[in-house]
Amino acid sequence: MAATLDQPMNVNMEVIQGENYQASYDAENATVRLTGSLRLSSPTEYQPIVDLLNAVAAAEPPTIVLDLRQLEFLNSSGISMLSKFAIAMRKRETSNIVVRGSSSIPWQGKSLKNLQRLMPNLTLELN
Amino acid sequence: MAQIFGDFRENLPTDHEFLILGFSPSSIPIQQRWRNNGLSADFVADYLATFFSASETDSQAQARQAEIKSAVSYIANELLENAMKFNDETVRYSIRFGMHLINDAEHTIVLVATNSISLETFTRFKAYVQEFLASDPDELYMRQLELTAESIEAGSAGLGLLTMRTDYEAKLGWKFDAVENEPTAIAVTTMVQLPV
Repeated sequence: MAATLDQPMNVNMEVIQGENYQASYDAENATVRLTGSLRLSSPTEYQPIVDLLNAVAAAEPPTIVLDLRQLEFLNSSGISMLSKFAIAMRKRETSNIVVRGSSSIPWQGKSLKNLQRLMPNLTLELN
Repeated sequence: MAQIFGDFRENLPTDHEFLILGFSPSSIPIQQRWRNNGLSADFVADYLATFFSASETDSQAQARQAEIKSAVSYIANELLENAMKFNDETVRYSIRFGMHLINDAEHTIVLVATNSISLETFTRFKAYVQEFLASDPDELYMRQLELTAESIEAGSAGLGLLTMRTDYEAKLGWKFDAVENEPTAIAVTTMVQLPV
């Protein structure tokens, strides 16, 4: 179930392909996209995605977009990962964060608002 | 002598729909079993959703069905993850997961997971349960996340339980009981009640 880096760092598109999910970074649009069903078992298993998020943060684009519109499922370890990222970005004060979600995926309507409470400047778009 | 904390219904009505799954933790290593949690949670959610069937023309009922399915899938997955993670594997005691649909004064979905834990885990977890129940839900949720963000290693301990309460408005309760012939283990049952 281990995630693998399909491409080396510092290319325009980076993809982590898991069994039921994909995490990708589109550098041109400063967009991190998570899709599928993410229910990894520990912080260690989430580390490749955390590293990806940290690399994006380190590049300090004016705005970072988290596109979750096709993320059907996220367990609490995954919620923890996104929450930590929101707190870290609040402290860094280097980039704005836009989270794009889908109102037709029920967990997103329930849980994504918590990111805004952790980082009040974060923009949450549920379509 | 069993100890009860929070909203825990000892005697569920005898006449209702239910489904019980059992897992023998010693038979398969936890990593291989992990994907089972998702399968089991989705299965329970799909099964339960059939009791809330919606016609194709009723979009409101369809949205409600999708919401129930998603909530059950999330909560069941978290309960199973916790049960597998904290289970005392030195003890021969099956992990049990139950889904109950209670139709009395109001409709309630009851999800229950039982597993064994070591005495050390028991002491730690009981203290957490007491803090959980004594705290304001939103305040504890925020405090715990800010704390986890401070340390790289800290996991998401308790976050699943917190989100059930803050995001899904579920009621939670626990029962701690002795395990027969196993003086070094305690059976913990976590009960989550979801009004529908």
